[in-house]
Amino acid sequence: MNAISLDDTDRRILRHWLAEPDLPRAELAERAGVTQATLWRRIERLRETGVVRAETLVIDWRALGYEVEVSLRFTLDKTDPRAFDEFIEAARDVPEVLAIETFLGRVDVRLNVIARDMGHWTTIYRERILVLPHIAEVDALMLISTIRDEAGLPL
Amino acid sequence: MSEGLDGTDRAILREMAADATMGAGEIGRRLGLSQPATWRRIRRLEEAGVILGRRIEVDRAALGFGVTVFLGIKLATKGRVSLEDFERAAAAIPEVQMVQHVLGLFDYRLRVVARDLADFERVLRRRVMTLPGVGNVEANVVLTEERRPGPFG
Repeated sequence: MNAISLDDTDRRILRHWLAEPDLPRAELAERAGVTQATLWRRIERLRETGVVRAETLVIDWRALGYEVEVSLRFTLDKTDPRAFDEFIEAARDVPEVLAIETFLGRVDVRLNVIARDMGHWTTIYRERILVLPHIAEVDALMLISTIRDEAGLPL
Repeated sequence: MSEGLDGTDRAILREMAADATMGAGEIGRRLGLSQPATWRRIRRLEEAGVILGRRIEVDRAALGFGVTVFLGIKLATKGRVSLEDFERAAAAIPEVQMVQHVLGLFDYRLRVVARDLADFERVLRRRVMTLPGVGNVEANVVLTEERRPGPFG
């Protein structure tokens, strides 16, 4: 584990920032009970020490015409030691793959895949997904709705 | 919105998806656009709901949360009321970052963060297994995770 020392002020800032990443800085400073100068300094330090890795964009793919989102869960043929690496490498080449996760459990790898509609999904599934190397088993969970999705931590 | 999006909008989204700290000036410089023109396009993408917001990616282990687990949950009982009860109760657990209603082998997917495996077991027993209507639960511990940029034509 990393030995980065965080004090209560850092935790307070992170708690508010993670829960509401779109807050203007002035507002965030007020909620965390620090001056804007302190906030700026603390955020710089959190970035430099790698506690905060990146600020990314949350995109609504539905608004861009991608109506279908599927969580594909794979077990791989692990008799080949290169199975994980080769599978992940090939999955990165599929543009519709939004996330790749590896697991300890019944599932080895999970892919988040989006498609414009069911016809498009069928094409991606047959021509891009089922041809990925070392697949032993695959099952699909189709997303109906997201009730909550936040990066907040109970700090 | 998808029809009203041109190549420049897509290029802006691609730049911002990788690093949302960049201002309109910096993004504009990279794409050969003026700062005001870039700003107007970003505003339009936000207003159209294409940009939902920002996300802070943190080193969870460095913050003391060494374990992330995806749970697949099958409900034991179904019906409109029980779904809403389940969703409300699941979303109220502080360690639960994500709740998704899905169709397939399970009814719900949950992403749970915990300090370590013992902490996860506590959350699982006291909070998850006591959710209204909860049936079968499958847990998979995250080893690695990677976000991809997505299909920006």
